[in-house]
Amino acid sequence: MTTNVIGNPLPRVDGRAKVTGAARYAADFNQSGQVYAVIVAATVGLGRVTGIETAPVEKMPGVVAVITHRNAPRLPYAPHKSYIDPATGERLHVLQDDQVRFYGQPVAIVVADTLDQAERAAAALRISYTAERPLVDPADPKARPVVPEAGKQPDARLPADTARGNADRALADAPAKVDEIYEIARENHNPMEPHATVAAWNGNRLTLWSKSQFVVNEQAEIAAVFGVPPENVQVICPFIGGAFGTSLRTWPHVTLAAMAARQVGRPVKLVLTRKQMFFTTGHRPRTLQRMALGATADGKLTSIVHEGTGETSRYEEFMEALTSVTRFLYSTPNVRTRYRLLPLDIGTPNHMRGPGEASGVFALECAVDELSYKLGIDPIDLRRRNEPAIDEGENKPFSSRSLMKCHDLAAERFGWSRRSPQPRSMRDGRLLVGMGMASASYPAFHAPANARARLLPDGAAEIEVAASDMGPGTYTSMTQVAAETLGLPVERVRLSLGRSDYPPAPSHGGSWTMASVGSAIRAACIAVQEEAAKRPRDGRPVEATASAQRDPDAAARFSMHSFGAVFAEVAVDPDVGTIRLRRAVGAYGIGRVVNPRLARSQCIGGMIGGMGMALMERTVLDPRDGRPVNAHMADYLLPVNLDIPQLEAHFVEEIDPHVNALGVKGLGEIALVGMAPAIANAVFHATGKRVRSLPIRIEDVLTV
Amino acid sequence: MLPFTLEKVTSVQAAIAAASSGRRFIAGGTTLIDLMREEVERPEHLVDINTLPLSEIRIEGSDLVIGALARMADIAAHSDVQRLHPLVAESLIEGASPQLRNMASIGGNLLQRVRCPYFRMHDAPCNKRTPNSGCAAIDGLNAGHAILGTSNHCAATHPSDVAVALVALDATMQVRGPRGERSFPVEELFRLPGDTPHLEHTLLPGELILAVRVPGGPYSRRARYLKVRDRASYEFALVSAAAALEVGDGVIRQARLAVGGVGTRPWRLRTVEKALTGKAPDRKIFETAARLALEGARPLSGNHYKLELLPRTIVRALEMTGEAA
Ligand SMILES: Cc1cc2nc3c(=O)[nH]c(=O)nc-3n(C[C@H](O)[C@H](O)[C@H](O)COP(=O)(O)OP(=O)(O)OC[C@H]3O[C@@H](n4cnc5c(N)ncnc54)[C@H](O)[C@@H]3O)c2cc1C
Ligand code: SF4
Repeated sequence: MTTNVIGNPLPRVDGRAKVTGAARYAADFNQSGQVYAVIVAATVGLGRVTGIETAPVEKMPGVVAVITHRNAPRLPYAPHKSYIDPATGERLHVLQDDQVRFYGQPVAIVVADTLDQAERAAAALRISYTAERPLVDPADPKARPVVPEAGKQPDARLPADTARGNADRALADAPAKVDEIYEIARENHNPMEPHATVAAWNGNRLTLWSKSQFVVNEQAEIAAVFGVPPENVQVICPFIGGAFGTSLRTWPHVTLAAMAARQVGRPVKLVLTRKQMFFTTGHRPRTLQRMALGATADGKLTSIVHEGTGETSRYEEFMEALTSVTRFLYSTPNVRTRYRLLPLDIGTPNHMRGPGEASGVFALECAVDELSYKLGIDPIDLRRRNEPAIDEGENKPFSSRSLMKCHDLAAERFGWSRRSPQPRSMRDGRLLVGMGMASASYPAFHAPANARARLLPDGAAEIEVAASDMGPGTYTSMTQVAAETLGLPVERVRLSLGRSDYPPAPSHGGSWTMASVGSAIRAACIAVQEEAAKRPRDGRPVEATASAQRDPDAAARFSMHSFGAVFAEVAVDPDVGTIRLRRAVGAYGIGRVVNPRLARSQCIGGMIGGMGMALMERTVLDPRDGRPVNAHMADYLLPVNLDIPQLEAHFVEEIDPHVNALGVKGLGEIALVGMAPAIANAVFHATGKRVRSLPIRIEDVLTV
Repeated sequence: MLPFTLEKVTSVQAAIAAASSGRRFIAGGTTLIDLMREEVERPEHLVDINTLPLSEIRIEGSDLVIGALARMADIAAHSDVQRLHPLVAESLIEGASPQLRNMASIGGNLLQRVRCPYFRMHDAPCNKRTPNSGCAAIDGLNAGHAILGTSNHCAATHPSDVAVALVALDATMQVRGPRGERSFPVEELFRLPGDTPHLEHTLLPGELILAVRVPGGPYSRRARYLKVRDRASYEFALVSAAAALEVGDGVIRQARLAVGGVGTRPWRLRTVEKALTGKAPDRKIFETAARLALEGARPLSGNHYKLELLPRTIVRALEMTGEAA
């Protein structure tokens, strides 16, 4: 039975709870008898702790404990790695030794009866160090690139080196060439909600109310760190106030909260400050990329060489899909990619919305734009001339690919035909106007997931799954999937997320929740209906748990990605260099759109993220000690309302029978990918100045 | 945050008496509380002056008189201010964010502290926060810092926008302290850092700002504020300029010009004003005059771009005086 709930622009089912404050976030779960922990962060960038004057602080009012590497319990830290952790290296073990590996690393925690007391005591704690100058700039010649260990095998998911044909020779022979270096600043995720954990032990059992995009992994990791069975750890996180990837991993503060709670024998609440969210909770790594394109005079790509490096920490090799898209976005016989890491004295980076793809596509799509000017070919046309029939990297057909449809739709809605091709040729009064565009792509991932469905005697249904909703509208879209599958009105479906004792789900990231969890919910709903059909109606609830994963045969046969096209218009003040985005249009091929209202909202959020990447966001580290100098919302620029112009998101009709039974691909990440190059290309069109380093700021375009 | 006491006062007299015994005034609190939370400001006793009758905004003849406690948002939205003193309104609206402007008073605005990031970092040397500890910015990250009026001890810019407008317009301030009332140009409120960057202003102990007076002039309505920054709101100026011109018979009769984001205090440019006076208000003249602004400029490692941006901002602000806001 179908009620056509899927495809409806349903408002958020949790909207009311959120705007009335009824929705509870991690830090809202205050426990009785709770005390407060505050992290003391290292004030040197590399070195050792030589002294900590705990005695005076222990005597301060309300102080319950001062925990340092000297008195902290030695934690088992049993091996634990999920796919969200770097494959190589070992997580930071907190308060287990005197080493300082990067500025801001936790070196102590202070626990007190009130937050004020804990903050004051933390501020009063005197710590001495021996310090050396850390290496924090990937462009520093002393930074030595390494081949990522997990990329060494040719069949690695993120191979360090790939080649087809002979890209270097084809490049040398190419009649037209672009060969440039592109750089992207480090970004921090900066969600509204800070990281927060409330930890409470009951004997050997631990409950964590903790901001997490992956509660089952947090459960497993904390169990491993403390050497307790996973079933003794419960992680609860019903709501997330934005994350963008920063809460995918379980960061040191979770361990610290649990450690403190055990030490003092009371529930402990630990909320990171905004500044601390620039230290130990990951960031989009700074990247340096060489992108070289060779082409014939009529714009057929003959070669692509893509050499990208990303920064990582000294203790883990964080990898992202920097060079992946290069291998299949366009048709060309010769491609060589190289991916290297630069270990620095910094905390480990992690996935940030559109990880890898957003950065790699920036280089590729700017280079293609540069080529279009060299050849005098319209940039859309240039892409059309290189549209591949299959994924030439994998040598497989695409399960669906609507890239050119996206370009055509976005170009029409944007009014691309009004653009005059010459740079610096369009004006609005004094202002230079520029139009730019770019392709976008992101994999249509899918991971095994589980869900439980329960039919209640009154005809309502309950769904439980250990997934999260960091804001895209998972509560709503999953409710729609369940309602449609069960043939119930949405009001009769109650969905619960974010508890580690619910059926396990993959991390809420990588744009795979709709596909993976949606499929599992669909499977559970079908299973519970079958179960109900078998059973006599006895007034008792009927329950079924089911799992779903991608059809391995389809996965082997097809290359699966979302595609999109982004068009942007900027105005640049030729006198003072201000760059303002005036409007942007995105069109996306993402399979079935479960909820157009939420999908649009997702896209607009992603486009704003891409705008930040293009024009504002960067975390600046002081080279002397690696401290972030702009770890403050007034100094780390993000677009504010006045910056954000009209943004349009459109979806091309796309039916993909191969990706999953729902026909859905991901949307969250691709919405950010493509925006930065579209803006950078528009800035070039406006000014005639090519800026290859993000963010593009006033000082970059001041002198043209 | 360190513990503090908070007392309310109901008269100017009581406020001054309290401040004379070492208490600090608190108005909107947007600077003070922010810095107290970070323990950069550590007052032990606060005097809440918000109940004092100092919020009035009125026109006296051609002068604009703004009570010290008038909120930035209220001043900017005041129809007489918009009509007769548009530069004041524009400089206020370009400052901070709507939420902050609703709380922030003009008196507090003039006394706001610098935005140099190291000023807030207890683990960095900063002569302004901790006298004689050194300056982390001079050899550190200093893209936002000043190029004019700096010393080897401090190069932080004065961050206020409205102060730039007030200094351009020869505004004066009226203050009262234990030794009575006095009034002096706003420009004289601000000190250069020299070798005492921790001393920022010239108020005497216990002095309370009562009001700011902006004299009207034939240039008042031909006056604009241009603030250049990477985002459209909620960011301090990279460079800003407040410009006012009186133009008659095709020549500039009087010019008023001050700039922000480049000086350790709001920076009046009298040489540029002089170079403009008597000339035609056209771009060539503006460009020639604007170059004089760089006299004595000393860039740091990260802010060379301000040498380029400053004259351009001045030229554009001068041009804007002939355009509607
Ligand atoms: C994130 C952020 C962004 C900002 N952006 C901008 C910007 O772009 N442009 C801009 O111009 N400003 C900006 N500001 C600064 C803001 O305008 C000031 O914080 C505000 O004007 C201070 O006013 P207040 O009433 O809150 O002062 P308070 O914080 O109450 O006081 C500030 C100081 O002034 C003293 N004081 C207050 N009133 C009197 C009085 N009547 N007499 C004597 N002393 C007094 C206090 O003792 C204290 O030392 C920003 C502030 C923040 C926090
Ligand atoms: S520039 Fe001034 S405020 Fe900044 S660190 Fe130096 S002394 Fe302190």
